[in-house]
Amino acid sequence: MIISRRTKIALEALAVLVGTWLVAPTLVVIPISFTGTSSLAFPIRSWSTQWYHSFFADTAWMEALSLSLRLGLCVALVSTVVGTAAALGLRRFGGTRGRSFVRGLLMTPLIVPGIALAIGVYALFLRMQLTGTFIGFVLAHSVLGVPYVVITVGAALESFNPQLLHASASLGAGPMRSFLRVTLPLIAPGVLAGVLFSFVASFDEVVMALFISGPYTKTLPIVMFESITRDSDPTVAAASTLILGVSVLLITASLVYAARRNRRLA
Amino acid sequence: MSLSTPTKTGTGTVPQESNAGSSISLKGLRKTYGSVTAVDGIDLDIQPGEFVTLLGPSGSGKTTTLSMISGFEQATSGDIFVSGRRMTNVPAHKREIGLVFQHYALFPHMTVAENIEFPLKQRKISRDKRKQLIENVLATVRLEGYGSRYPAQLSGGQQQRVALARAIVFKPSVLLMDEPLGALDRKLRDWLHMEIKRIHRELGSTFVYVTHDQEEALVLSDRVAIFQDGKIAQIGTGETLYEQPANLFVGRFIGESTILSGGVVARHDGTDMTIQGRPIHVPTVAGFDGKTGVVLVRPERMCLAAAGEMLSDGVNHLPAVVSEVTYLGPAVRYSLRFGDGTVGTVRVGASNRRDFGLGESVEAYWRPEHGVLLEPDSTSDPTQDD
Repeated sequence: MIISRRTKIALEALAVLVGTWLVAPTLVVIPISFTGTSSLAFPIRSWSTQWYHSFFADTAWMEALSLSLRLGLCVALVSTVVGTAAALGLRRFGGTRGRSFVRGLLMTPLIVPGIALAIGVYALFLRMQLTGTFIGFVLAHSVLGVPYVVITVGAALESFNPQLLHASASLGAGPMRSFLRVTLPLIAPGVLAGVLFSFVASFDEVVMALFISGPYTKTLPIVMFESITRDSDPTVAAASTLILGVSVLLITASLVYAARRNRRLA
Repeated sequence: MSLSTPTKTGTGTVPQESNAGSSISLKGLRKTYGSVTAVDGIDLDIQPGEFVTLLGPSGSGKTTTLSMISGFEQATSGDIFVSGRRMTNVPAHKREIGLVFQHYALFPHMTVAENIEFPLKQRKISRDKRKQLIENVLATVRLEGYGSRYPAQLSGGQQQRVALARAIVFKPSVLLMDEPLGALDRKLRDWLHMEIKRIHRELGSTFVYVTHDQEEALVLSDRVAIFQDGKIAQIGTGETLYEQPANLFVGRFIGESTILSGGVVARHDGTDMTIQGRPIHVPTVAGFDGKTGVVLVRPERMCLAAAGEMLSDGVNHLPAVVSEVTYLGPAVRYSLRFGDGTVGTVRVGASNRRDFGLGESVEAYWRPEHGVLLEPDSTSDPTQDD
């Protein structure tokens, strides 16, 4: 297609504008985290790294970080195992209509308003005495993690040639070995993306956490939320910047991995 | 071959101890999908070490039959025996049957050597032995030095040879191939035919090969089973199928022919017919008692003479008009149009060729024993199926 020079410049400008609009609110926490004053005021007048010191020195922040990390890992594990199994099962599920029904059912946690889901979970957990417990958190957050894994693994399975399983069986491999040596390595990018997404879904979750956290189980977002409603301590900005940095690292690593892999298999 | 390397046992002979193939026996094998019958009662006995091809148009049930032998399709009824052992309920991965697919089905995340090693690891063969076997089988398929490549770095023909190597490296007593050369160009196919025949000889396994290409079937097989609507229309050597087709479907599927229909007049040691108003004689076929029939004549059995020329006694002859002349190099092919509109084909060797021009009136003639009397049928021409 031929685009005139003027249209091209206009389109590029528009793209930059939209990109800025999407990214700017996220990036604004980075300068704020280095502020010298004890407020979240922007723009910054003086600079310091004191809020990073205060983040790592405060046991409340450290415990919240530790809890969120452990929780995220457990949720990623549970969601990935369940979600991968579900995605594999959906492929074999007879009938297109039944399949899309079950797929829709698995997706509901992403569509249902978070607050409705949170109230439901809260009501159930009160009865089952799971509020404020680690296992309760794992169960609740996995509900959010599973659909992400079903999506990413499902997408990876789209390009998986099922005849490879026939080949594998004809060579003497049973279903479990075929899965481990043929299916899993080939859908690994989808599984890893699922791990990443479900980890983030838990790490980032606020609404359910507001209901089910207890005095000894406060996740990082809860502590951030409480901190910012109590006073405008810029430690929150330092915490946000750290989370942002780790996310960018993880995503870059996974993109590099995917690119390398594609070059080999293409 | 060089005599200076006495340690080497010939170029890439796979099996040190050539294992005999297994017999395969299909008994009343049926497969239905809902109301559709894909395979409709197949009985087939394959000898140990035999090369049998299942040949038929698409949808005739040949691939479904292969899938049931390999264990990926459950038979609706009937039984499968390999070396006398009932296989019907044995899962695919325990059947010890090698399989080669049309689209290779190589593991893309493994190198050529790792692909070939897969069945060996499964069988817990020692590392040194595995290395040796991989090297030998790569020599067999003439891909020495390709072990560290990934499938994506190979051409289609090379990938299929890797797939073949992977399927034979564990020395299965049965090897099934599902249109393995279907995706390759003709020249490569011709070469791989010879390679497959050589490997079959060296391996000694039973080969079952599926194709819709009649030429491929004739080149490769000891026997060919012609599939028609989920049944085996005829099984036999290429010569039998060509010279004595059991029905019109087989006659049309294998090779070219002229098919003339007419009425039966009398039977004695031969059968007298009237075709286009002329008396035609054909050998009697046991069990044939219809009032009408067709006579099938192969193109190299039919000859041409100028109209009105004297022909020796006892030959069948019909007038026709030359409608097309095609020069084929070693032969010339004439298309004929008979009086009733039937189209015929005559192939004349280039050495005893006589020139007949387009539109020329000729007399087509053949000896009675070269006509095959068959039941007329209404099924469509199988060569038009693809």
